[in-house]
Amino acid sequence: MDQKLKIKLYRIILSVILLVGAICLPVNPSFSFILYFSAYLIVGYDVLYKAVNHILSGQLFDENFLMSLATVGAIFLGEYLESVMVMFLYQVGELFQSYAVGKSRTSISSLMDIRPDYANMEKDGKLTKVDPDDVKVGDIIVVKPGEKVPLDGIVQEGESYLDTSRLTGESVPIHVRVKDTVLSGSVNQNGLLKIEVTKEFDESTASKILDLVENASSRKAQAENFITKFSRYYTPIVVVGAILLAVIPPFLFPHLTFEVCLERAFTFLVISCPCALVISVPLGFFGGIGGASRRGILLKGSNYLESLSQLKTIVFDKTGTLTKGTFQVTKIVANKISEEQLLKYAAEAELYSNHPIALSIKEKYTKVIAQEDVKQIEEVSGKGVHVSVSNEDIYVGNAAYMNDLEIEVPQIQDGTVVYVIKEKQYLGYLVISDEIKENAKEALTNLRQKQIQKMIMLTGDSLESAKRVASQLPIDTYYASLLPQDKLKRVEKLLNKDDTGTLAFVGDGMNDAPVLVRADVGIAMGGLGSDAAIEAADVVIMDDDLEKIGEAIDISKRTLRIVKQNIVFAIGIKIFFLILGAFGVANMLEAVFADVGVSVLAILNSMRTLKTK
Amino acid sequence: MKKRYMIKNLDCAVCATKLEKAIQKIDGVNEVSISFLSEKMKLVIDETREDTIMNEINDVIHRLEPEVEIIEK
Repeated sequence: MDQKLKIKLYRIILSVILLVGAICLPVNPSFSFILYFSAYLIVGYDVLYKAVNHILSGQLFDENFLMSLATVGAIFLGEYLESVMVMFLYQVGELFQSYAVGKSRTSISSLMDIRPDYANMEKDGKLTKVDPDDVKVGDIIVVKPGEKVPLDGIVQEGESYLDTSRLTGESVPIHVRVKDTVLSGSVNQNGLLKIEVTKEFDESTASKILDLVENASSRKAQAENFITKFSRYYTPIVVVGAILLAVIPPFLFPHLTFEVCLERAFTFLVISCPCALVISVPLGFFGGIGGASRRGILLKGSNYLESLSQLKTIVFDKTGTLTKGTFQVTKIVANKISEEQLLKYAAEAELYSNHPIALSIKEKYTKVIAQEDVKQIEEVSGKGVHVSVSNEDIYVGNAAYMNDLEIEVPQIQDGTVVYVIKEKQYLGYLVISDEIKENAKEALTNLRQKQIQKMIMLTGDSLESAKRVASQLPIDTYYASLLPQDKLKRVEKLLNKDDTGTLAFVGDGMNDAPVLVRADVGIAMGGLGSDAAIEAADVVIMDDDLEKIGEAIDISKRTLRIVKQNIVFAIGIKIFFLILGAFGVANMLEAVFADVGVSVLAILNSMRTLKTK
Repeated sequence: MKKRYMIKNLDCAVCATKLEKAIQKIDGVNEVSISFLSEKMKLVIDETREDTIMNEINDVIHRLEPEVEIIEK
């Protein structure tokens, strides 16, 4: 509890003492009046002050105005006790509300506590603490055990375990040593690390993530916009209602005096305060976003919580999303020569290529290649490569390439097949596969059990490799051999279909940025360290874990459920009490009690959104 | 030019929206967002008129929510 709240608490206590005095010491009426009146002023002077101030600046109809009007009115009607009690309960409610909001503010900011305060720089053999903003790319910083890594960089010296749970939600620490990349926001656990900075503070991971989460509140969910609109019309309507309630009944029903109706009108005003909604709904969404970010799921706005909860179709990119994205030579079939020799030819042919398949072949062949022997390189895009090695013609490529060369090769239905030909003679083939992520099947089955009706896979790879992956996963349809623009067209086509519903595209953000932007919800996997993904996507999953998609859906549904509960609950109770107040069933005390009670309950309910497993 | 502020003593979400709207109307303010929950204000303003704009913002705050203080980060 901070200073401001404490002062408020003391004021409330003091006014209670005065109030008890006024009730128990019936010396004379003017003495009691003084006690009541000072209790009233002590507990409510700031409300009165704000009300006057707001009226002077031309804004009627806020809660301070409503409370002041109702309590001053009660004093004129001679209801001193009621007047003080209303102000008292209102302030207790406010106190509670500030406390609860403060509490969620701290718990949200503590879970986003990745902003480093300083960096250790070595100067003249001594370590000095400097502002991370002042550190430049190429500088060497030192991170001691227990400290946060302040900027992204590469380890120059030392090794240690890093706790990246604030970034990824993953609690298993990762081991880093010389030449490994470290990201700001992770916490060094045991060793001393010397790090060469590769990104300035503003470009570093921690800053990017914080920016994203802090800006999240600018994209509002429909429910939030509804509340803003609601309170704009609501208060004037209520005030007009109150005036009518005071003026009309005395004419229609002779037994109702003007005074009684005036009191009812004041009660009506007290009940009408929309605070419960106005605070609890944004608080609920903020908590949902905060809770998700603790699990390594970053959302760019509460509107995406809404879309996620309604998701019907998910489109996956294959490589790097459903699969690990690292190609490996999984099979070598040699015809008349040794496997070693076959691999050597393939590696020589692919010597200068950077294609993922070429890289995987070179990785498999661990020996040194004599570069001077490799000549006349001719790449046939999308098909293969032709080189001359020690004056022998080597052709390496796929079935289509073999067809062009008019060489007969066996048809293989397995991953990506690369054939090797020497001087028109077939030597054998290599199979290169991209492994499916271990938990992909489980994660997708889980999604299916939520409300996802359609799961579609898109890939730039060949039909065979798409078929192989699709057959192992619970996928409805797949489209292969797509260029990046084809993926966009395919997703647009889906978006135009009626039965698609809300559509999410899941990719790694490398070359599918346009698709991520176009989908209702663009989900980027493995966003940690990839700026492109963080820019383009609406939802960023920091690590590579497909299960987080399901988790994000769960968090969104839970948040939406809590927000809806609050809306229904708050409006329901309000309307109920407004009716009671209008007919004189509920008095002013009960009205304030209802108002404060609803606010407190709604706020407590909203705070549940912060809790993720 | 972008500026960020801590915004203190902001008691209600409606007040935040109200301030946001009033500040938006100031000439030279291109963008403003106030987050009630994270107690932060972000501004994108016309650099050449920075001083006048900041004075006007302080006036608006003083008029609407006299308790609110802004602290530059």
